[in-house]
Amino acid sequence: MSVRLHIDWTACDGRGLCTELLPELLGRDPWGYPIPRQRDPELPPALVPHAERAARLCPTLALRLVKR
Amino acid sequence: MTLLDAAAPDLATHARRTGPVPWGRAIVADVAAAGLTGRGGAGFPTARKLAAMGPGGVVIANGAEGEPASRKDHTLLTSAPHLVLDGLQLVAEAVGAARVFCYLSPRSVVAVEAALAERRGWDARPVTLVVAPETFLAGQESAVLAAVEGRRAVPTDRLRPAVHSGYLVQNVETLAHIAQIARYGPSWFRSRGTPDEPGTFLTTVGGAVRSPGVYEVPLGTPLPMLLEKAGGAAGRLRVVLVGGYHGAWMAPDVTLSRVAVGTLGAGVVVALGEEDCGLRVAARITAYLAREGAGQCGPCRNGLPALAATLAGVAAGVADRAPDVARLAALVEGRGACHHPDGTARFARSTLTTFAGEIARHARGDCVARR
Amino acid sequence: MSTEALWDFGRGSGVVALVLVTVSVVLGILTRRGEPIGGLPRFAVTEVHRNASLLSVAFLALHAGLLMFDPYAQLRIFDAVVPFAAGYRPFWQGLGTVALDLIVALVVTSLLRHRLGRRVWRAIHWLAYALWPLAVAHAVGTGTDASSAWFLALATVCVVTVAGAAGWRFTRKELAR
Repeated sequence: MSVRLHIDWTACDGRGLCTELLPELLGRDPWGYPIPRQRDPELPPALVPHAERAARLCPTLALRLVKR
Repeated sequence: MTLLDAAAPDLATHARRTGPVPWGRAIVADVAAAGLTGRGGAGFPTARKLAAMGPGGVVIANGAEGEPASRKDHTLLTSAPHLVLDGLQLVAEAVGAARVFCYLSPRSVVAVEAALAERRGWDARPVTLVVAPETFLAGQESAVLAAVEGRRAVPTDRLRPAVHSGYLVQNVETLAHIAQIARYGPSWFRSRGTPDEPGTFLTTVGGAVRSPGVYEVPLGTPLPMLLEKAGGAAGRLRVVLVGGYHGAWMAPDVTLSRVAVGTLGAGVVVALGEEDCGLRVAARITAYLAREGAGQCGPCRNGLPALAATLAGVAAGVADRAPDVARLAALVEGRGACHHPDGTARFARSTLTTFAGEIARHARGDCVARR
Repeated sequence: MSTEALWDFGRGSGVVALVLVTVSVVLGILTRRGEPIGGLPRFAVTEVHRNASLLSVAFLALHAGLLMFDPYAQLRIFDAVVPFAAGYRPFWQGLGTVALDLIVALVVTSLLRHRLGRRVWRAIHWLAYALWPLAVAHAVGTGTDASSAWFLALATVCVVTVAGAAGWRFTRKELAR
């Protein structure tokens, strides 16, 4: 079972908190939006707490952790 | 008996030509055996979608046809609406649907309304008509769902496929094929096309051909054969755009199958003559695609106009910006609620590869179109 | 505690709460820029916004609580929820009650925002733009310190920073986004 980070792009406003809290996973584009390596990237166990924090703090509620 | 052969001006003629709706057949099994894939662009195995639907859901016939170069859905709906509506009823029955919709481009409404009026008594389930806006993304699956539920027809963020939420969206051509498979059987359907890609498909042929229009050919048909059907090329061809605005430029002798071209999209084929400037055409297309974004997702809303502007610059002769086009294409891919940025990136990349020589020529102030 | 002390701490905690709410409003607005602020990384801006809001509620509890025991203020628990019925300067006091009710609504909905959903939470959060002016008006109107120089200076700084942030927020460019 893997945990993935889902970005709701219709909600994302490029505030960039997640790119600071998950630099291993997310780059930042010229307009401030996160750049994942792939759609719904898998979260290594060490990054899950940071991803949870990012999801909690995201000002536009654009992040979700999805277990599959 | 192709889809277009089944054209009928009214229900009586349709019943005579095609026969009554074959209730009681195992539709999902038939469609699975036939190997039908979606004809709306994504090419997903239809039987798998049907099998994933639980009872009490919603079935939607998608005739929005947002791609400007495509006319196949409109042609099908005006010439053989009853075939499409038969397929819709059969699918609704097979999945135990509670609600049935027909989501249409405004230009197809009149014909379908008339056909539905005739079918009172013939149809097992009532069909609600929903008019789609005339936008490129109106036919995107989640946009269809939003529109049918009364919201704005733009893509939405989805965590699960639509069928897992009880919504089945099928392109109108797919439904027409189902209506024929139900009557003539899976082996009949497989008698055309290739073993891996069976059946026929509708294609809208445009550009430098003598008789542009909608034609039906088996999958695996060589492109020259299709162009012959369309009256032949009007002069020598450089390349052909296969798969519409989210497709790619191909050599004119390519085979029309997914394995050969990657994606046929919604069957749009546009021929580019030797005297047409592909760069200028591509710049216009990317500008259109940039305008037609829903404006919801930052990477697409910012990245596509930048890509279009950069490609326009390349077409105007600034060749050293070509790598920026590739960079922007890679930047927008996979970052949006729908695949609009991905399709645009695909088209842009194909343009850079196919017209590399043209880019150099433009930088010198020259162009094929000027000769 | 002497009534003098109650009065002092009661008002003092109100002033601290006003400063905290101002900090919260300014940082909340500036989150929209998607940039670090004054050396604070983006996630810290949001955390400080959040913590300042929660802390302001603590100081407001002190502010209202202590003043309940103060004979000058003549506050009853009722006045903490229902505005304009107090004994001392009812109108200006009432503004404070409304502000308090609003801040409780804002904080509670924010703590529950993942459950409420984006639309509902955001709609209620707009009330912050009503909350802050009410808090300032209350502070100036009821405040015994309103005439003193230090308070006026403080209030001015608060107003200028929020006006600056709000001015940026309501430019045509930002409204169109």
